[in-house]
Amino acid sequence: MSTESNAPSPNGDEASQPKMLTTKSNPWGSRHGKVPQKKNFLEGVKDEYDVVVIGSGLAGITAANILGRSGKSVLLLEQHFKIGGLATWFKRPGGHIFDVSLHGFPIGMKKTCRKYWSQEIADRIVQLDKVTFDNPQFSFDTSFTREDFTDKLVTEFGLEREAVEGFFKHLRKMDFFDDSNMTTGELFEQFFPGRNDVHRLLMEPISYANGSNLDEPAITYGIVFSNFMSKGVYTFVGGTDGLLDMMRAELRKNGVDYRTRVQVDEIQVADGQVTGVVATGGSTTMAIRARAVLSNANLKTTILKLVDPSHFRPEFVEEVEAIRLNNSSCQVYMGIRAGESIPFVTDLLFTSTRKEFQSHSLSDLHGESRTFSFYYPKGRPEMEEQRYTIVASTNARFEDWKDMDEEQYEANKQQLCEETLAHLETYVPGIRSKIDYVEASTPRSFEFYTQHQTGSSFGTKFEGLQPSMNLHLELPGLFHAGSVGIIMSGWLGAANYGVIQANKVDAYLFQRAETQQA
Amino acid sequence: MTRDEVILAIKDIIETIAPDEELDSLDVDERLRDQIELDSMDFLDIVMELRKRYGVQVPEEDYKELASLTSCADYLGPKLENVELKVGV
Repeated sequence: MSTESNAPSPNGDEASQPKMLTTKSNPWGSRHGKVPQKKNFLEGVKDEYDVVVIGSGLAGITAANILGRSGKSVLLLEQHFKIGGLATWFKRPGGHIFDVSLHGFPIGMKKTCRKYWSQEIADRIVQLDKVTFDNPQFSFDTSFTREDFTDKLVTEFGLEREAVEGFFKHLRKMDFFDDSNMTTGELFEQFFPGRNDVHRLLMEPISYANGSNLDEPAITYGIVFSNFMSKGVYTFVGGTDGLLDMMRAELRKNGVDYRTRVQVDEIQVADGQVTGVVATGGSTTMAIRARAVLSNANLKTTILKLVDPSHFRPEFVEEVEAIRLNNSSCQVYMGIRAGESIPFVTDLLFTSTRKEFQSHSLSDLHGESRTFSFYYPKGRPEMEEQRYTIVASTNARFEDWKDMDEEQYEANKQQLCEETLAHLETYVPGIRSKIDYVEASTPRSFEFYTQHQTGSSFGTKFEGLQPSMNLHLELPGLFHAGSVGIIMSGWLGAANYGVIQANKVDAYLFQRAETQQA
Repeated sequence: MTRDEVILAIKDIIETIAPDEELDSLDVDERLRDQIELDSMDFLDIVMELRKRYGVQVPEEDYKELASLTSCADYLGPKLENVELKVGV
């Protein structure tokens, strides 16, 4: 296989030769856990709930948790066999556990977890030790705090401290009443004209965090960057599996009935308001009544596929059809063989071999830019074995991948693995001989597992925000929470948006109960 | 609830949302945001708690009425006139 290494193996035995288990046996990617099921996954589900939540991404489960906690009867339905959405992990032969999106989130996640989940979950959130940038324009380590970023912009880029502080201050002040015609690119040009290197530093991490580029409204950048650029980047100790274990326990404690492997076929409407859903769980399809439905499915899927469009104004349907979905991702998961170790390099590495920054090139097929997330034993201290994994991520376009035949698809995944390993080798010499498992995911994988159209891993562009926030005004009883509008994206954005929309659900149920009493 | 009790009710809710903040020395007339670290999500939590504990609905356009303890008392006082204070819930 082309990914095989010629590096001498430290033990000299055959077993330590890297065995590249890319998905050759199944060129469409693993179908693990998504085969048709004969069991009834709806067994014991009641006929009626206060709220049905469709989808268990961080927005869906956070909403379900606080609605359950405040005494509502809540049914949470997830099509996949695990809850968590893209806050997920998977196991592979060789004892590997790969985290898909645990790379890092802002400090705000700690407070969000404490308030809407538990103190125990919040207590496990810790700061990354190091974030590194390396590209032909600049190379340095940073704590990714505002102080350090300011220092770097002054010392490494030669900017005036006042200009940098003025920029950060401007970002923090931005709100929805600002002139939303300005793009992020124009904003950068205003503050740091002609400084492609500065634009790169400011944009790249955010592009990886939420799929945005220089053409988005500047407000989206202002909000997300201000969240991140305060006290560093944080992660959860115990792995994504550990986090979701704790979250599931919390859901049970709060009385949320959650079911996996259940596909919602339809959202039902009568007399101009939502009345429930029809769902299929393995062998059984059933109608479940609900006073409100909160969808954490893709916004367009929710409005255009799950509901009969005749229940919406034609202008609203048109508006929703025009919403652009955000791009998707490619990832390469690399597992270090049991018993092997690697030195501490950094936690999060933003790297590129591209000479100059070009926003859209971050999504190129076989582009030159990627992030490496290094997962060390410190991230899973409860594990008996000391294990290391590295996950490389790039942004990607569904269109680049969708029309490949199986052979092309396999070859392109193989090439992606190969390029990624070669890139990693420049930071960790000899890494190939320590890796015994490599697998790639593509926009097609994201589409398959999440059922998000075009494998969109960051929801919608900015224009998706209003229709999502105000969905209940179009159809009473129907609410949406999920990655929309760029702002409500990433772990923190999604979880908080779940709370914002849960408050609306709660207000709606309260109002309904009052009206019925009167 | 009296005006003073409304203020107590709000402080009690804030205590659960921001347990690390010192609330005894709050100036009732000054904006809460200027005295302690409360973000827009925290105000949303106050709204949800008011609904849950006291059955009072604060519509989105009225969130600004919760800016200071005095404005809370002005706005919520009439709504909570016949509702009993529950602290330490």
